[in-house]
Amino acid sequence: MFEKIWNNHVIHSEAGKPSILYIDLHLVHEVTSPQAFEGLRMTGRKVRRPDLTFATMDHNVPTKDRFNISDPISKQQIDTLTANANEFGVKLYDLNTIDQGVVHVMGPELGLTHPGKTIVCGDSHTSTHGAFGALAFGIGTSEVEHVLATQCLQQSKAKTMKVNFIGKRPAGITAKDLILGLIAKYGTDFATGYVIEYTGEAITGLTMEERMTVCNMSIEGGARAGLIAPDETTFNYLRGREYAPQGDDFDRAVEQWKALATDEGAVYDAEVDLDVASLVPQVTWGTSPGMGTGITSIVPYPEQLPTENERKAAEKALEYMDLAPGTPMSEIPIDYVFIGSCTNGRIEDLRAAASVAKGHSVSPNVTAIVVPGSGRVKIQAEKEGLDKIFTAAGFEWREAGCSMCLAMNPDVLQPGQRCASTSNRNFEGRQGRGGRTHLVSPEMAAAAAIKGKFTDVRNWEFKSEVTA
Amino acid sequence: MQPFIKSTGLVAPVDRVNVDTDAIIPKQFLKRIERSGFGQFLFFEWRFDEQGAVIPEFNLNKPRYQGSTVLLSRANFGCGSSREHAPWAILDYGFNVVIAPSFADIFYNNCFKNGILPIKLSEEQVDDLFKRTEANEGYKLTVDLENKVIADDQGLRIPFELDEHRRQFLLQGLDDIGLTLQHADEIAAYEAKNEKRLANVF
Repeated sequence: MFEKIWNNHVIHSEAGKPSILYIDLHLVHEVTSPQAFEGLRMTGRKVRRPDLTFATMDHNVPTKDRFNISDPISKQQIDTLTANANEFGVKLYDLNTIDQGVVHVMGPELGLTHPGKTIVCGDSHTSTHGAFGALAFGIGTSEVEHVLATQCLQQSKAKTMKVNFIGKRPAGITAKDLILGLIAKYGTDFATGYVIEYTGEAITGLTMEERMTVCNMSIEGGARAGLIAPDETTFNYLRGREYAPQGDDFDRAVEQWKALATDEGAVYDAEVDLDVASLVPQVTWGTSPGMGTGITSIVPYPEQLPTENERKAAEKALEYMDLAPGTPMSEIPIDYVFIGSCTNGRIEDLRAAASVAKGHSVSPNVTAIVVPGSGRVKIQAEKEGLDKIFTAAGFEWREAGCSMCLAMNPDVLQPGQRCASTSNRNFEGRQGRGGRTHLVSPEMAAAAAIKGKFTDVRNWEFKSEVTA
Repeated sequence: MQPFIKSTGLVAPVDRVNVDTDAIIPKQFLKRIERSGFGQFLFFEWRFDEQGAVIPEFNLNKPRYQGSTVLLSRANFGCGSSREHAPWAILDYGFNVVIAPSFADIFYNNCFKNGILPIKLSEEQVDDLFKRTEANEGYKLTVDLENKVIADDQGLRIPFELDEHRRQFLLQGLDDIGLTLQHADEIAAYEAKNEKRLANVF
C-alpha cells in the first residue's frame, strides 16, 4: 500500500537523491506555520495551491471563554495565522466556525482525508490520517514552507513494517489499549525509519475513529507514518462528507481506493506481532509512552529491566513520577483527568467515557475536564446529551481545542499534580511543569475520575446504557 | 543557510535516552513567531528550577561546558513533537553538531534544514565519547564533514556515515525550495495529469 501511494506521487527521482513527492493535502495550524509564511514573504513566494491547503487554530485556544485570550503571545500567534490565511488565500476554520477543532479531528470530519492521498501538517500526529489508507506524516516548519511554496516535499523512501495484531479484541479493550500495548512491548523507537501498516482482525474490526486512535500514536513508536487498508468502514465514513467526492465520483473513487490495499504476498522490510487476546487495559507509569503496563500489574522495579540505559531511564522516570516500584497500578491516586485530544477527542470517545460516567460522581479529590476535539464533536455530543451526563457527574464540559494534551493554553497541570489523560505523550512537563501524566483510554480515564485512582474498567458497574 | 564544512568545539554531554523535543524546548516557548531567540529556552526545565534559579548540577550550567558546540546524547534523540523550534533552540544556543546513537526521523530531518549536523555513532562509540568528555575538562572534538570524520587532539579518529545528498546539502548550504522549484515543469505536468482527482472528480 505504501509503495502504491508513494509511486502515485513521485514527480521526480534520481539515484542518490531524495525523491520529489507531490502533496495532496496540507493542513496548517498556528504554532508551526508563522515562520513558514514569513519565509514566503521574505522570498517573494506564493502559496502554490491554496485550494489544497486548510488551516485551523487549536494548540493555543482556551477551552473556556475562548474569545478572551489573556496570553498576549498566544493571541499574537492566532492573529498571525488569521492574517497569513487572508494574505495567502488559505481557507481558515477559525473560532467563529463550528468546524474549528484539533486539526487531526477536523480534517477527517470535513472529509478532507481520503485513501491514497499524501497528507502533511507541521505536527507529528498527522499520522492520524493514515487510518484512511493515506500516507500522512508530520513535518517541520521549513518543510511547511517548502510545501506551501511548491506543493511538494523532498523525501527519502521509508522502509515498510507490518504490525500483526493477532487474535480477537477482548471486551473492555479499546483501540488505545492496542496502541499503548504495542509501544509498551516494542518501545518508542522500534519503528524509526519505517511506515507501519496495521493489520489483523482486531484492526479491521475497528470503527474509523478507533483506527484514527491507533494511527495517531504511530509516531510514539518512532514511525514516519501508520497505515490501515481502506475498506467499507472507511468508505461509509467518508460518504457524504463535505470534501469527499460526491455522487458517481464517490463510487468511482471507491473503486480506485479498493486497489490501494497491499497485494497478497507482498514483502515488508520488517514485521512484528502483538497478541491482542491477552491485552488488559493499559496505563503508563513513566515519562515515555513506552513505559506502560496493564492495570492489573505493578510499577516495575528498574533493576529488573534488561539494559543499563533502560534502568537509568526508569529510575529517572519514577523519581519524576513520584512512584515506588511494586505499587499496584490500581492504587495510584490521581488529581486530574483530561478527556480529549487528537488521540481520543472524537464523538465515540466521548460516548465511551460518558457511558462509564453516567450515574456516578467524580471523586471529590479530582478535577476532570472533557474537551471535544472539534466544534462539530461538541454539537453532536450535546445533541446526544453527553454534556449533561458529564456535568451531572461533576466533569467540566469545555470548548474544542488541544487543551491539556500539551498545555500551550490555560489548561495546565500544577507541579506535582497527577493526571489520567487520554492524550498521547507523558513526557516530563508535557501537561505543565512538574505535572505527572498517565496515558489511558477514555473509559479508563472516566473510571479513574470517579474512583480517584486507576481502576480496571472491565469490572465497571455501568449504571445504565448511554444511547446515541 | 550557513554551509557546514568543519567545526571544532567543546563537547557537552546530556546523558539520557529518549530526549524528547518537549524537553529540548518546552511548549510555553513555542509561541514566538520568529525563528530566532530560542536558545535561552533550550532544556529550560532541566536548566532552571520552578523559581527560575539555575540548577547547577545540569551539565549545560557547569562552567566547564560553557561555549560548547557539540551536543552529545543517547538513543532516540529528538523524539516526540515535530516542532522545528527544537533545532532552532539548539543552534541558537551555540551547538551545530549533535552526536547520538540514533535520532527520531522528524528531528533528524529538521536539523539539516538549519545547518545542524546530526551524527549517528554506535552505542559503544557514544559511550566512549561520554567517558572522554567526562574525564577531560575542556574536551573538544573536530567534526570534518568534508572527510566525514570526528577527531580529538589525543589521536581519536572516528569516521561516520552520512547520506551523500545530505552531506552536499550542508556543505553547500543549499536552499531546498529553490532545488525543488528547478522541477517546476514536472510539478505542473503532474498537476495537469491529476487535476481531476485533486478537484475530487473521479
